[in-house]
Amino acid sequence: MKILVCISHVPDTTSKINFSEGDTKFDTNGVQFVINPNDEFGLTRAMWFKEKQGANVTVVNVGTADTEPTLRKALAIGADAAIRVNTVASDGFSVAKQLANVVKDGAYDLVIAGRESIDYNGGMVPGMIAGLTSANFVNNCIGLEVDGTSAKAVREIDGGKETVSTSFPLVIGGQKGLVEESDLRIPNMRGIMMARKKPLTVVEPIDASAETTSVKFEKPAPKGAVKLVSTDNLDELVDLLHNEAKVI
Amino acid sequence: MSVLVYTESEQGTFKKTALEVASYAKAVANQLGTTVTALAINVSDATSLGNYGVDKVLNVSNTQLESFNASGYAEAIKQAAEKEAAQVIVVSSSADSKYLAPLLAVGLNAGYASNVIEAPTSTSPFTVKRTAFTNKAFEMSQINTDVKIIGVSNNSFGLVENSSNASAEDFSPSISDSGVTVESVDKATDKVTIADAEIVVSAGRGLKGPENWGMVEELADVLGAATACSKPVSDLGWRPHSEHVGQTGKPVASNLYIAIGISGAIQHLAGINASKVKVVINTDAEAPFFKAADYGIVGDAFEVVPKLIEKLKAFKAQQ
Repeated sequence: MKILVCISHVPDTTSKINFSEGDTKFDTNGVQFVINPNDEFGLTRAMWFKEKQGANVTVVNVGTADTEPTLRKALAIGADAAIRVNTVASDGFSVAKQLANVVKDGAYDLVIAGRESIDYNGGMVPGMIAGLTSANFVNNCIGLEVDGTSAKAVREIDGGKETVSTSFPLVIGGQKGLVEESDLRIPNMRGIMMARKKPLTVVEPIDASAETTSVKFEKPAPKGAVKLVSTDNLDELVDLLHNEAKVI
Repeated sequence: MSVLVYTESEQGTFKKTALEVASYAKAVANQLGTTVTALAINVSDATSLGNYGVDKVLNVSNTQLESFNASGYAEAIKQAAEKEAAQVIVVSSSADSKYLAPLLAVGLNAGYASNVIEAPTSTSPFTVKRTAFTNKAFEMSQINTDVKIIGVSNNSFGLVENSSNASAEDFSPSISDSGVTVESVDKATDKVTIADAEIVVSAGRGLKGPENWGMVEELADVLGAATACSKPVSDLGWRPHSEHVGQTGKPVASNLYIAIGISGAIQHLAGINASKVKVVINTDAEAPFFKAADYGIVGDAFEVVPKLIEKLKAFKAQQ
């Protein structure tokens, strides 16, 4: 089983989000980058397939050389090899085209990508890879078992979950539930040492135009101070919710 | 040339989001000076769309589409878009729509913007405002392709009534077999889902144990709200994972979000910040949630919540 895990290089959750160049660019100054959390759940599930079912796991990122530490971290967690497509990740569609090309070249059976990145939240890359490579696709995946070339997956739906059966080639839009938070691995020293020797291949991008362009960013208006209501005056809260906020 | 809207249904009836995306499609059609065509799949009565500005309904009745499958639904929408020469396709932000939209985008070679919160700010170039950085910012995104797909964020545009004479037409797309087969569905049918809810009542570790959730459910009942929980609560197994809201859980974009005994970690706030009005009930006046909330009560949930339930019952009785 050949698995490709797509890794997005995203600002850590606690990062302050700022923009530069007249609010047209994300300001990476002082920002700590991490593996996108939704991708990390998928990577950890891939490690399980490697250990229990002998899968070979490659990680891939579309980005400039700045993203290599994030790929090295994925190697330190246990991936066998890494690929970096050497271009700026501009929009979801063009990233998906680059990744689909890597998938076709490597003839991967299973592609795991996070359901969305926590920076642009486009939520389109896994589905687009599936569409571009004519693979089966399960989004919002919270459980995955593989037997030969067939798979059983659990998908989170609004209000519950559903179990589906499908087969390779398969693309998964993963999230928490593929593994639990407590299953996530922190790279140990041995992993970090080994990661240095693992192959990280840089491939040049294919020609893929951006179908959407970020033209400007805005930050939400600063929030007014909270209105405190005393515990013995809950009528006031009901009144505020009804007459001021108009939500009940 | 028209605006095509995929109006989602469940068991033959439109979801509330269907009417919201129809309202949105009407606004786009007005900007472009064109009409709105809705695609309804296995819906018994689509006339309600006429109240929201839809000019034509394509009714699909197909046993292959009886239960949702993303590739089949994407094929149906693609063929409808081609038949109508649609320039803009509008879908919702439900789990199903977010599942099919990327497949549709590939099929139509269309740029896709998800989590869009307003009518386009400009149609030439075609620019929409969407949330990004998990609600910490907004992005103005320009869609460069001829055909454009817009995923409207739930509860962002609202329902806008626009009476129209919606004509109906049967439409029979050809659907290939899906490579993904649904084996079983596990879904609480009697509960409001977090995605559909206008009000969400959420509780955290401050409730001390799963046995104390009765009052949370009762408060949700009184308000017709969905129940949700913080990440530690779902990690501890007090509540099912499907209730976990926050960055790695479900996103919430309700009109009212009531947080009980949740301190307000940044990952939690990121997931719920799209909610319009936030109320926090917490014993700790220093809890970070108070900085993100509109209304706050510093007090013990075990005293406040039962009292609040009584007050709300009395309020509802007067309405």
